[in-house]
Amino acid sequence: MAIQTQERRAAEEPQTPADPPTAPDEAVLAVERKRARRRQSSKNWSLFLLFAGPNILLILAFIYYPLISNMYYSTLDWRLGSPRATSVGLDNYIRFFTSPSGVEVWRVTGIFTAGAVIGSMVLGLLIALVLNKKLPGRTIARTAVFSPYVLSGVGIALVWNFIFDPARGALSHILGFFGIASPEWYLNEDWALLMVIIVYVWANLGYCAVVFLAGLQSIPQDLIEAATIDRAGPIRRFFSITLPLLTPTVFFLLVTNIIFSMTRAFDILRTMTPTGHGTNTIIFEIYLQSFGAYQRAGYSAAIAVVLFFTLFVITAVQLRFVERKVHYQ
Amino acid sequence: MSLTNTPTTPAAAARAVSQPTVKPRAAWRRAFEPRHLADTLLTGYLPIIIAMLIIVLPLGWMISSSFKPAGEIVTLNPTLLPQEPTLDNYDAVASRVPLLTVLGNSIYVTVIGSTIKVLLAITTAYALVFIRVPGANLIFLGILVALMVPAEVSMLPNYLTITGLGGRNTLWGIILPGLGTAFGTFLLRQHFKALPKELFEAAELDGAGHFRKLFQIALPVSLPAIATVALVTVVNEWNSFLWPLIITDTPDKMTLPVGLNLLRSIETTTASYGILMAGAVLVIVPMLIVFAALQRYIVAGLTQGAVK
Repeated sequence: MAIQTQERRAAEEPQTPADPPTAPDEAVLAVERKRARRRQSSKNWSLFLLFAGPNILLILAFIYYPLISNMYYSTLDWRLGSPRATSVGLDNYIRFFTSPSGVEVWRVTGIFTAGAVIGSMVLGLLIALVLNKKLPGRTIARTAVFSPYVLSGVGIALVWNFIFDPARGALSHILGFFGIASPEWYLNEDWALLMVIIVYVWANLGYCAVVFLAGLQSIPQDLIEAATIDRAGPIRRFFSITLPLLTPTVFFLLVTNIIFSMTRAFDILRTMTPTGHGTNTIIFEIYLQSFGAYQRAGYSAAIAVVLFFTLFVITAVQLRFVERKVHYQ
Repeated sequence: MSLTNTPTTPAAAARAVSQPTVKPRAAWRRAFEPRHLADTLLTGYLPIIIAMLIIVLPLGWMISSSFKPAGEIVTLNPTLLPQEPTLDNYDAVASRVPLLTVLGNSIYVTVIGSTIKVLLAITTAYALVFIRVPGANLIFLGILVALMVPAEVSMLPNYLTITGLGGRNTLWGIILPGLGTAFGTFLLRQHFKALPKELFEAAELDGAGHFRKLFQIALPVSLPAIATVALVTVVNEWNSFLWPLIITDTPDKMTLPVGLNLLRSIETTTASYGILMAGAVLVIVPMLIVFAALQRYIVAGLTQGAVK
């Protein structure tokens, strides 16, 4: 039967290459091809590892291994440099979430993050709206406003340390001009927290302004023009058109700013207030606990694990919800 | 850097954020028409000037104060510019910390660290895009997650690793843990993926291998993207503080930010602000110059992912 049909097909289409006698060769060829593919694949693997291997190894050794080993250290009561360590289970975590000093870290982190994020986003948006006016010379302004973002946090902190000095700082002179006595920025914990928020906002607002500006420039001009023809005033235009169309940018900045304010503020915090009284946000606390006076490495590792999962959740939430609910063009 | 928004190529980001005014002359004329003049000045230039002053004045104050003698720092009636400019503050910085050594360390760490990081980013991104192996996407996902881990989280285990390897107070100890690069890999991968396939087809017909494809085709057309990665890396390496702070405690192995931190702990009187300002100038002004010259690439790289 089979032969018959094949013969018939062969008769009908004499040029077809798939006639019966070559069938066994076909199988051999398939095996050959598979073998070749495997050879190619292993050749590809060795090339891939040659190109990407060193980087992957470094990332495994200095990012992934620390993530895992932190989880182990976080279960220990262990002083940095001490050979003795006792396992304490989840005690470090419980202490961080329940002890007064742990709760204080959350309070400081919350205030710092809220102040830093809201401050730099509101000011950044205002600056972006002005820069969006297409006035000549705005490129220079944009560059100037962005510039603190690329400067050393330590350098920035030294400059502002001087400005905030209650006795001889520029700010005390300005306040004195208006007859106001300078607050004790360094001695009072609440003022100290406000001070580091101001400095962080100063360094960060240019980033927000530039990202907002890019968002504003992607809003189609005809929408704004149409609203203008309909006699919508500038404030109405901002709240009815600009802001809704800007929501993707707002959410992007919200998430990046929360993450940055939790991690990048370290240089400013450590240099302006080395002891961390009143300014020990979560990132500063990780450092203070293991490399400050206490040397509580296990406790520090537990806080680091908590920070990692906090950042992980923030990013996941953004992926899950924000991306879908905001208005995209 | 967030990894969640769909990033464009750096070139596109640069274009989007640095659109020049379309017709400069027309813009000038329109802005200064009598009808628009009040609006231009009150809601345009006035806030721009206030914003610029808030940013520029502290930096100007730093530079000016770094040339003031101690008497002009502690005075109750400070002047904007130094009355008797002096270099004493810079001399003082050099006498408190081994300034040339520290400066040299910073340059060494920045140059070597950035070079290796950029090379690794290029080769990894190339492999992820052009060398077909099963599981490459999984590896890329792993790199994306690494992008999310802040250095502070891995600080303690890395301290133990590097100390165990004998890397305390060494320059390689400062450089090594930061070498694995997720940011640059991510950025260049997006760029390589956007390259037109036709670029490579002719070379493939000629039997070109991956090395030739990388160095003769992918690299030359990607120079702006690579410049972006390189500059962002240079900025980060130069400013890096936490890790060098932990891993060094002898002044001749410190980088500039750590040396300045040491200087701050020595100089605690009001009169020493001039010295601290001189120190701040040394760490801030080089980056200001780099930024002023190449801001297009740096802004594009740092706001990567923000522009749709």
